[in-house]
Amino acid sequence: MKRRDFLQLAGVASLTMTCPAIAANAPRPPRWDRTLVLLELNGGNDGLNTVVPYTDPQYYRLRPQLAIARDSVLPLSEKLALNPALEALMPAWSANELGIVLGVGYARPNRSHFRSIEIWETGSDGDEVLQQGWLARVFSQTPPPRAYAAHGIVIGRAPGPLQGGGMRTVIMRDAQQIIRQAQSVQAASSAIGNAALSHILNVQRDLYQASSKLRQKLARAPQLGVAFPKTRIGHQLETAATLLASEAQVPVIKISHGSFDTHSQQRGKQDRQLAALAVALMAFRQAMQAAHLWDRVLVLSYSEFGRRAAENGSHGTDHGTAAPHFVLGGRVTGGFYGEQPSLTKLFDGDLQHHVDYRSLYATVARHWWQLRDDPFSRTYPPLDCLS
Amino acid sequence: MLALLVLPVAVRAMSYDEARHLLARTGFGGTSAQIEELRRVPYAQGVTQVLHDNTRGTALTPPPAWVNEPPPDFRQRRNMSQAQRKQFRQQRRAQGIELKSWWYGEMIATPSPVTERMTVFWHNHFTSSLRRVHSPTLMYRQNELLRRHALGNFRELLHAVAKDPAMVLYLDNQTNRKDKPNENFARELLELYTLGKGHYTERDIKEAARAFTGWMVNRRTGQFRFNARRHDKGTKHFLNRRGSFDGDDILDILLEQPQVAVFITAKLWREFISDTPNKQELTRLAAIFRDSNYQIKPLLRAILLSPYFRAPANRGTLVKSPVELIVGTARLFDIRPNGPRRLAGLGRQFGQDLFDPPNVKGWPGGNAWITTSTLAARQQFLGRLLRGREMSQQQGPLGAQLNMRKRQEMLPAAGLPADLSNKQLERLVLPIPAVQPVPDDLDLHARITHLVLDPVYQLK
Repeated sequence: MKRRDFLQLAGVASLTMTCPAIAANAPRPPRWDRTLVLLELNGGNDGLNTVVPYTDPQYYRLRPQLAIARDSVLPLSEKLALNPALEALMPAWSANELGIVLGVGYARPNRSHFRSIEIWETGSDGDEVLQQGWLARVFSQTPPPRAYAAHGIVIGRAPGPLQGGGMRTVIMRDAQQIIRQAQSVQAASSAIGNAALSHILNVQRDLYQASSKLRQKLARAPQLGVAFPKTRIGHQLETAATLLASEAQVPVIKISHGSFDTHSQQRGKQDRQLAALAVALMAFRQAMQAAHLWDRVLVLSYSEFGRRAAENGSHGTDHGTAAPHFVLGGRVTGGFYGEQPSLTKLFDGDLQHHVDYRSLYATVARHWWQLRDDPFSRTYPPLDCLS
Repeated sequence: MLALLVLPVAVRAMSYDEARHLLARTGFGGTSAQIEELRRVPYAQGVTQVLHDNTRGTALTPPPAWVNEPPPDFRQRRNMSQAQRKQFRQQRRAQGIELKSWWYGEMIATPSPVTERMTVFWHNHFTSSLRRVHSPTLMYRQNELLRRHALGNFRELLHAVAKDPAMVLYLDNQTNRKDKPNENFARELLELYTLGKGHYTERDIKEAARAFTGWMVNRRTGQFRFNARRHDKGTKHFLNRRGSFDGDDILDILLEQPQVAVFITAKLWREFISDTPNKQELTRLAAIFRDSNYQIKPLLRAILLSPYFRAPANRGTLVKSPVELIVGTARLFDIRPNGPRRLAGLGRQFGQDLFDPPNVKGWPGGNAWITTSTLAARQQFLGRLLRGREMSQQQGPLGAQLNMRKRQEMLPAAGLPADLSNKQLERLVLPIPAVQPVPDDLDLHARITHLVLDPVYQLK
C-alpha cells in the first residue's frame, strides 16, 4: 500500500497536523545546503479547477460552465483529481514526490489582491499589517551562513517574502545579467543622508557583494543537459536550475507564474497557465535529478487567494479564499495533506480553510531547514510531508 | 513654525535651489537656462508659470496614424485563419511599441512637463494595460482622455474614466450584467480609485457592481455604450444610501465622501512632496480640493505653495521614476532620439513599462524603483549616455538610436558654460550634495559624469 493511500484511509487531518518525533534528538545544525524554490501563482489561482472534487455533484451545480467534466480529469483519489492540464505532474505524483495541501488559507480573509498577497508574503493575520517578509522574519531569528552570496534570489516578480530587515536579495532576470551588474556598480562607501538615499546605498552594497560571489559560481556552472520549455516559467526554472547546479549557496529562489486572475473565460486561461507550469516543473525535476540535487530542493506554491466556489457570469470566477497548494521535491512524501473544503458549507459563497497558510512556512523552517526556532511553528503545526 | 521660516522668501525672487526643486518635482528637471529664467520671478509667480503657462490638453507630438482608424472588432478574430491571427497579434504588438515610443517622444518634446507628469500620474492611478485591454487604439484614447483632464477636474475625470472603453475592458465590466455581476471594477473603484481600503464594506462593492451592470463597450465602434437590458435597475444600498442607483449615481455618492479628497491628495503628496504626509497639512489641502469641486489646479497650486513642499529637508528625498530618469536626462543633455523606441525599452528594463503597469494598483514607486536589478541597469544607461557618440564600430544600438552627440559637443549643446565651479555643477545636476565629492582635477565632462553616476542623481 502506498503511503498516500494509507493517509487517505486513516483520515489525513489528524495524522498530518502532528509534529514528527524529532524533538527528542540532540539539536541538529540547520540544513542550509537545502534550497526552497518559492513559486508564486500570481493573481489568485482557482483551487477547485486545479484539484477537482470530481465526484461531488455540488461542484457541477456551482459551475455549470466552468466545471471540468468527470471523464476528463486525472483521478488521484476517490474524491479528488488533477486538472488534465497538469498531466505532466503525474510522474511526480506516481513517484510519491508531489504533496498537495488542501484548503490552505487564513481567518478573516481579505479579497484584495494587494492586501492578501501582502498577508501571505509577510505571514500576518488577516487584520494585521507587518512590514517584513516571512522569510526575512525566519532569517532574522536564524540567519543563513554569512559566507552565502545572498539570502534569496528573485527571478520572478517582486521580492515580497524576502523584503525587509538586513536581507541580501538579488533580483535578476537571468543568470548572466548578474555578471554585468557586478561590473557596472561600485560599492558605495558613503554615509546616510535620508531614507531614499540610504536605500539606494544599501542596494548598491548588496549588489556588489552578492554579484561578485555569484559571478564566481556561475562561471563554473555545469551544463544542465535538459531542454526546458521556451516559456517564461520554463526560463525562470531553467535559471533556478543553473544557479542550483552551480552550487550557488542560496536558501531561497523565488519564481512567479501567472496571471491566474481569471474573472472571465477561465477555462482556457487557467489551463494554459497550469499546463505551462507542469511541463516546466517536470523539466526542472529532471535537471535536478540528473545533477543529484533533487533531494536538496523543495518547491512550494503560494497565491494570494483561491476563487469563489460558484462561477460568475463571465465564464470566470471572482476573488475567493482557501485553495490547495503544492509541495514538490525529492524529499517530499507525496499525497494529500489537510482537508478538502466542503462545497455545501460555504461561508458567504466562499470555501472555508482548514490549514492556516503559515503551517507551510512552519514546515519549511522546521522540517526543511531544520531550524530550532522560527516565528511560525509554535503557533502553526508544521506538516509531516518531508522525509 | 515652518511657515514662518519660509514666508518672507515668497515676496522676493526665489533662490536657485528653489527654482531647481520646483522644476525637478513638477516636471523632468530644468536645464541650467530654465532654472536661471524661473528664479527671476517671486516663488508664487513661478508656481503660476509652471501650472498655467503652456499647460496642454492635447499632445504636441502627432500620434501614430492608426489611432484614427476604428479599432479592429475582436469578433473578427473568430473567422481568421491561423496565419491571419498571428499577423493580427504581430501588428498589435508593433502598435503597442509605437504607442509607448510616441509618449516618450512627447515627454521629451513637451513645453509643459507638468502636463505629462500628471498624465503619467493618472495613468498610474486609473490603470489599464495593453496586456489586458489588447487594443493599442483604446489605450491611446485613454491616454488622450487622461491628458485632457490631467489638470482639469477630478469629478469629470472620474466619470469619464468609468466610461472609458479601455477601463471597461481592463476591469471586466464588459461582462458585468444584471443577476450575474462581475465585481472587479467596483472593487478597484473603491479600493484604489476613490476611497482606499477600510472605508467601505464588501457589501458596498457588491451593490456598486450592480449599479455598473450594462456599462459596456460596443465592440464594433470601440465606443462606450449603455446596455439597458443588462442593467440592474433594482434598489441598491451603497454607503448608507438607498436607491435605484446607476453607475453615475455611485460616483457622485463617492464624491460626497470627504475621504476621496484625502485619498487623492495623499497620493499627490507622495508624488510631489515626500513619502510621509503631514496629517494636519493634508487635511487642509484636501479641503481645498473638495471646496473647489475637485479642481486639480488649485490643489496642485496649494501643494506647491505648501511649506512642506518648500522645506529644504524634503529635497532629494524621492526616488526618480524610470520615466523621470530617462526623460529628465535626455532633456538635461538635449538628446533627441532618432526614434524614442529605445527609451520605451529602457523604461521597461528599469521597471516602468508605460501602458503596461504590472497590475491594477500600478507601479508601487518610491524606494521600490531601486532594486539590485534596476539600479545596475540605470547606472549602465547613464554611464553609456555620458560617454557620448563613439567610433561607429563601438557605437552599438543605444548610441545610434539615441542620436548621441560627440563627447565634446554634449555640454555646449546642454548650454553648460565651461567655467562652472564644482559647487555650481553639483547644484545643477543633483538635488542635494553628492555622496562622493567631485575630484578637482577632472575636466568638465568627467565632473558631470561623476555627478550623474553618484547615487544622489537617482533622487529628485
